Amino acid sequence: MTVTVRPFEDVVRVHGPTVLRVCRAVLGPAAADDAWSETFLSAMRAYPALPAGSNIEAWLVTIAKRKAIDQHRAAARNPTPVEVLPEREVEAASRSWEDEDALWSALKSLPVKQREAIAYHHIAGLPYKEVALILGNNESAARRAAADGMKALRADRDLRTAYQTGAT
Amino acid sequence: MNTNLSDSELLGAVTATDETRTLERLHADLSARAQDDGILDVAYRTIDTPVGTLLLAATVEGLVRVAYAIEDHDKVLTLLAERISPRVLEAPGRLDLVAREIDDYFGHRRDGFDVPLDFRLSRGFRRQVLDQLREIRYGDTASYGAIAAAAGNPKAVRAVGTACATNPLPVVVPCHRVVRSDGSAGGYVGGPQAKQTLLTLESSH
Repeated sequence: MTVTVRPFEDVVRVHGPTVLRVCRAVLGPAAADDAWSETFLSAMRAYPALPAGSNIEAWLVTIAKRKAIDQHRAAARNPTPVEVLPEREVEAASRSWEDEDALWSALKSLPVKQREAIAYHHIAGLPYKEVALILGNNESAARRAAADGMKALRADRDLRTAYQTGAT
Repeated sequence: MNTNLSDSELLGAVTATDETRTLERLHADLSARAQDDGILDVAYRTIDTPVGTLLLAATVEGLVRVAYAIEDHDKVLTLLAERISPRVLEAPGRLDLVAREIDDYFGHRRDGFDVPLDFRLSRGFRRQVLDQLREIRYGDTASYGAIAAAAGNPKAVRAVGTACATNPLPVVVPCHRVVRSDGSAGGYVGGPQAKQTLLTLESSH
């Protein structure tokens, strides 16, 4: 069987938006761009050796996860100055929940595993079987992490909506 | 309180309003970094000309493919991925010089090209024919038979026709200057109208 070799440009066009959303959900908007760049540069380097018929989305998300770990480590080495944080929290709380910053601050309060499970399943659209492979757990644990995370996000949203309604 | 939002609606804000522009910027950064790291095996861009939109593709060695829209640019890119490398990216930078020269050619400001060419898509007799085509000067024409003789095989008139029809670098390697011995233009990889446009352009210089 001959498999058509897709130009890497197609991979970037088709999967670029999803990978950006996954990086945003896992790392936040500020760090997402770097993670995206590192992911696609790494992927492009390895692309000619990718076995035919591979699930490209899962492959990219796996690379993105590795890059996210690198970023978490880098962030731990260079912590954000503390005095900036409280101000941003106050600002974020006054925004509507549909705002990107508000969604990110809600995601940020989740354990990393839940955040990742949500990003890989609900944003990248990978089945829980694939999500479990990337997270290194099993299918039911991956499903539970995503469900718990979504529940917490809903609770957070309701709280903010109540705050908004009360404020106006 | 509206708690009936679906999961994807709840996560809707992850699609940022500036996503398209961010992705364009990230794509440009990726092309530049891939070039620096030496993994941009095939760079391409398109250019609008009087003979339609041309696809230009280059390896690190030089211009490797010029393709007319009727050749189907997507198909051409897939073929480049198969025959050269799948590391293909839209990266205008590497094609800037040739794009300018093509623009000058159609604007009567230039009658030849001096960008590096990569002939890896052409082998054997076809390659020899391309070398002969480059000897035909701007504004001149030659017959298929004359090119066959110049390439060392006077009987290979049909093979010269095939070499022209499969020329990976039309416009830059001037297969449009090869015409029938009766003076009519003959076939062309970009279609007969494109051939006529190029011949008219060069004769009105």
